[in-house]
Amino acid sequence: MRRIAVVGASAAGLSAAETLRREGYDGTITLVGEEPEPPYDRPPLSKQVLAAEWERDRLALRTSADLAALDLDLRLGVEATGLELVSRTVELGDGSEVPYDGLIIATGVRPRRLPGEGAHVLRTLDDALMLRERLSAGRRLVVVGAGFLGAEAAAVARRLGAEVTVLEPAAVPLAHAVGTEVGRMLAQVHVDRGVGLRCGVTVTEVTEDGVRLSGGEEIEADEVLVAIGSLPNTEWLEGSGLTVGDGLVCDQYCEAAKNVYAAGDVARWYNPLFSTSMRIEHRTNAAEQGMAAARNLLGAEGARKPFAPVPYFWSDQYDMKIQAYGFLRGHDEVAVVEGDLAQRRFVAGYRTGDRVSGALAVGMPPKAIRRWRQAIATGAAWHATVPTGVPAADV
Amino acid sequence: MKVELEADKCVASGQCVVAAMDVFDQDDDGIAILLTEQVGDDQIDDVKEAVAVCPAAAIRLVGA
Repeated sequence: MRRIAVVGASAAGLSAAETLRREGYDGTITLVGEEPEPPYDRPPLSKQVLAAEWERDRLALRTSADLAALDLDLRLGVEATGLELVSRTVELGDGSEVPYDGLIIATGVRPRRLPGEGAHVLRTLDDALMLRERLSAGRRLVVVGAGFLGAEAAAVARRLGAEVTVLEPAAVPLAHAVGTEVGRMLAQVHVDRGVGLRCGVTVTEVTEDGVRLSGGEEIEADEVLVAIGSLPNTEWLEGSGLTVGDGLVCDQYCEAAKNVYAAGDVARWYNPLFSTSMRIEHRTNAAEQGMAAARNLLGAEGARKPFAPVPYFWSDQYDMKIQAYGFLRGHDEVAVVEGDLAQRRFVAGYRTGDRVSGALAVGMPPKAIRRWRQAIATGAAWHATVPTGVPAADV
Repeated sequence: MKVELEADKCVASGQCVVAAMDVFDQDDDGIAILLTEQVGDDQIDDVKEAVAVCPAAAIRLVGA
């Protein structure tokens, strides 16, 4: 293999390119990125960048010297527009073509939007800088969507003194992901800080003065942030023959077709640890999957390894740090296994079937949750791990 | 080689400890701590993995 193309120049693509070099590959690596910036980190966008604590130079994932040492054919500010599997060619928006022997697709996701114009989204550095310019004390911000991104932005905006209203279609924010009681507790933290939270409402449109709800009611705002999830960037793969279905579908090795691998937010792969296919939009997963895809692309048929990680994410809201391991969605039971929900210091364990599938901690020292990570990684039985007598919090 | 850690960037994910537990630990707030600045040849791959998976890009491996 002498020519490898990596499409997508964020955490997953960079990690893949670095791993190729680390594994001794010395051929051409073409790294294609739609944004003009060298690879940068996204989690701080809704936290330190929005709060004006970090400037853009601090987001760079690698120094220019580190990037230069990778000896990349770096194509920034240009998007991939098509893929020809038979001739093994990636087509770019500037009309050029990148021939490859091996391909890693890491084109990520973009925010879902609502009808109407003038709303902010929060995915790129430019998005974050634009929103931060418009936030200040007394400004009225409406956040559509009470997921982690919306909640982080709401927390920063409150700290800046903005009047914040969060609109959420579900009855309890994040209930589908973390369970009803944990979701209710996380939401209450915002209410305590003066956020106006309205659940069970559907926003249909962004208007000149704010947003309109499905019943016709209008809510006025100076700024609107839409944080209602994201869409995988797979349109450029249409007609390529690859299977797309909420992400680029690949197997347990992250392989989508012979010598074509996927990594990061765009990849829907089969995680054998949980016996299910998943698409994970977590920063850590992007780096880990980029490494795994690169190693498997270079590896001989029998030397490849299934990508079977314990997913990990964290969120900072006000002075609260939330950390979670595992795959919490679709859980059957949640139990507080340490600490106390009411004190906002606890570890919650998640049961799926009879195994420990996840753990979420708020305000706890790291060692308290690390052993849970181990239980998830080994597929430990719930009833052997959770002390008897611990009441189920909810389902 | 030498490991550098920018502790003020750390987001306390603990991924470095998972990757290289002889080199990294965490304080009670979860902030990464370097157990050793100089790493031996047998630790370099683990530390490189820690560099790659650190969600805050707070770890660097320097020197030849």
